[in-house]
Amino acid sequence: MNDIKTAANSLLTAYIKDTPKSLKLIDSYMVYVLLTGIIQFVYVVIAGTFPNNAFLAGFISTVASFVLAANLRIQTNPKNASQFPTTSPERAFADFLACNVVVHFAVANFLG
Amino acid sequence: MSTESSSTVARVLKPTILILIAIVAISSRLFSIIRFESVIHEFDPWFNYRTTQHLVKNGFYDFWNWFDEKSWYPLGRVVGGTVYPGIMVTSALIHNVLHFFNFPVDIRNVCVFLAPMFSGLTAFSAYLLTKELKDSSAGLLAAAFLGVAPGYISRSVAGSYDNEGIAIFLLVFTFYLWIKAVKTGSAFFGLLTALFYFYMVSAWGGYVFITNLVPLHAFTLLLMGRFSNRLYVSYSTFYAIGTLLSMQIPFVGFQPTRTSEHMAALGVFGLIQLYAFAELVRGYIPPKQFKTLLKGGVAAVAVISAVGLTLLSFSGVIAPFTGRFYSLYDTGYAKIHIPIIASVSEHQPTAWTSFFFDLQMLIFLFPAGVYLCFKELKDEHVFIILYSVFASYFAGVMVRLMLTLTPVVCVSAAIAYSTLLDTYLETSEHVLASTNSAIVATPAPAVIDTPTVAIPEAKAAGKKAAAKAAAAAAAAAKSNEADAKTHAKSISAASGEKKRFPIFNLDSRLLVILQLTWFLFMFAWHCTYVTSGSYSSPSIVLASRQHDGSQMIIDDFREAYYWLRKNTKEDAKVMSWWDYGYQMAGMANVTTLVDNNTWNNTHIATVGKAMSTSEEVSYKVLRQHDVDYVLILFGGVIGYSGDDINKFLWMIRIAEGVYPNDVKETNFFTPRGEYKVDHDATKTMRESLMYKMSYYRFAELYGGGNAVDHVRNARMPAEGPTLSVLEEAYTTENWLVRIYKVKDLDNLGRDLKDSTAFDKGRVRKVSSLKKK
Repeated sequence: MNDIKTAANSLLTAYIKDTPKSLKLIDSYMVYVLLTGIIQFVYVVIAGTFPNNAFLAGFISTVASFVLAANLRIQTNPKNASQFPTTSPERAFADFLACNVVVHFAVANFLG
Repeated sequence: MSTESSSTVARVLKPTILILIAIVAISSRLFSIIRFESVIHEFDPWFNYRTTQHLVKNGFYDFWNWFDEKSWYPLGRVVGGTVYPGIMVTSALIHNVLHFFNFPVDIRNVCVFLAPMFSGLTAFSAYLLTKELKDSSAGLLAAAFLGVAPGYISRSVAGSYDNEGIAIFLLVFTFYLWIKAVKTGSAFFGLLTALFYFYMVSAWGGYVFITNLVPLHAFTLLLMGRFSNRLYVSYSTFYAIGTLLSMQIPFVGFQPTRTSEHMAALGVFGLIQLYAFAELVRGYIPPKQFKTLLKGGVAAVAVISAVGLTLLSFSGVIAPFTGRFYSLYDTGYAKIHIPIIASVSEHQPTAWTSFFFDLQMLIFLFPAGVYLCFKELKDEHVFIILYSVFASYFAGVMVRLMLTLTPVVCVSAAIAYSTLLDTYLETSEHVLASTNSAIVATPAPAVIDTPTVAIPEAKAAGKKAAAKAAAAAAAAAKSNEADAKTHAKSISAASGEKKRFPIFNLDSRLLVILQLTWFLFMFAWHCTYVTSGSYSSPSIVLASRQHDGSQMIIDDFREAYYWLRKNTKEDAKVMSWWDYGYQMAGMANVTTLVDNNTWNNTHIATVGKAMSTSEEVSYKVLRQHDVDYVLILFGGVIGYSGDDINKFLWMIRIAEGVYPNDVKETNFFTPRGEYKVDHDATKTMRESLMYKMSYYRFAELYGGGNAVDHVRNARMPAEGPTLSVLEEAYTTENWLVRIYKVKDLDNLGRDLKDSTAFDKGRVRKVSSLKKK
């Protein structure tokens, strides 16, 4: 247990020290999206899924937003630049926007 | 030939060849149009055609909310929510675009030509897919193979207006986009994959194949230790967007969150998230600390997911696998539990000969191509290997799934074939390079790659010309020309060589090359032969040869449907076995009890009961369902083996599954266990409505004696069956379709049997009186 604690601590300090500011911004967005997802899930557990399409639309919206933000984070991370030779940060952001437009178009349609 | 000029030639040749391939693919699907006419074929296409007509006439919203009260009487069917609308929307869109530009094309012609048009696109996407795996020359070969492979043509001839017609294009194209996404790690390609996946979901139930194959690919890569950020980006984009989009189709609805078929994709999605997170953490801390964190994390996740999964399956949130799915794993399952699935001939296991029949030489090049994929084994090759393994298995289980196998066979056969060509047409520079470095397997450097591209292409052109030559003799000259061109090419390539291994002697090369070319000719010939002979019959119009060799067209189906259309009330209810439901609705515009959308087994069993019980029992069922007419197929006169007496056993089996007290299969077999219709037929058989309807007045056709049923080779009794609750309404020219009218209740309240007997008696009395 103690090991885990020290490991977590060193993880936190390393994260704060080594991460560029833009990535931290994306991370905070992801944490926010994750929290909204958790809130929706808790609500569903308590109140039931009645308009099932509305719940699914909302929940998948958070999942998709999370994943797309993760994509953006991976593709703009300077450490990963070698893996994405053809993807510039601008291109990554454009992809992010395009995917989000499609997702939220479908979500709006699905809300009912 | 200098590198520069040959690359320009290649740039011109490639699109030309692709266009020629598309033309060949389209024109080899037009046999049935030329022989018969531009009609919709078979059974399911008639429903698609009818709904498309409705869509074009009434618009999209009306189509979406369409409740069809003319089918499944008295239940009706919510059409908008129970179809894959992809194909209807596609053809309505094409129709509207053409009309916008003032091309007044009829919707029927759009429907008839839709599948051939899409086959051209399929060939193009096979080119793209194979190009990602090897190079563009292999791509051209794959396109040419897929364009004419009978395994695909069987479902995409002109007039075969069915979901598969566009779905195979979507399948291949989605796989191409997926491979592109994995290769580049681009979210944009992931998005495109998801969008085409959506199109596929809207078009065909076979989308489940993609839903499982893509996650399987991702999972295999994970197991092989090949997780990369590119995989994360492509898979999670595809899954998140694709799943959301697929739920927009009403027929699919919430299934992606409920049924087991879709759970694998979800599981892999979760796994890949955890894996990516672990990779992220690993980047920040030393390995030892990471290990402790990992242990804790894995334990927590395992406990949570195990508890969650048990809870969900016990509470019934996740539905178990459906019957159709089980029948994929256990081929005997359907026969025992769901006769209605087993009764469809395209759900039967595949005979091994049909692999050769449908794919010819591709089937023995296929394993070689898979082997070559193993040798390369990049991410995309893993995909092709998985695809080929699973598609082969499924094609072995069900005949119709040959369709999903065909693309991968074409792709890997093209890889094998083009590797052979590369080896035996290689220019000297490569040989020199390999002599120097003593590594034979080095891939050719980019510079000398271009001339080798041009040569197989010329080959492909010759091959296509060959296909044409087989289709029309007029094209023969062209094929010679192209062949000569091929020859000139290979000679010019050969003349550039200076030093080479002994094995690269011109004669040994020519031996292999000529043999391969011969195979191509045989392949094109076989494809044309199979297409023209087996897959181009519209099955609503039959053609047969008479003794003197002249062709006889048997058009009884349309004759009967036309009679129904013109001579019955608007709301007449016609009962028939479910095979003809779609055709009757489409062509005769009558209300049907059951049709090819076999969603309600009980209702089908009720029809089966009405067909297989005696007149008294059956009449009650007919009255209960307001049946006005009964339509059956009888092939005994002309020897058409797909008639209702031959399907009768399935009706009995399905009826017995629901009404075990009224129908018993064993009663229809003679004591020796034979299925007989002649003198030996059992009492139950002779009294069943189907038997009576089939053979009613059959003996009279032969003047009282020696009536022979040509399908079952049975000598029929001279005294035929009598009917009391039905009367014959119409019988077509060749007796193929017989229509009976259900009698109304007797005016005097008598039993119909008694009244019929009374009528007959009176007639006899009157005639005997007259004689006096």
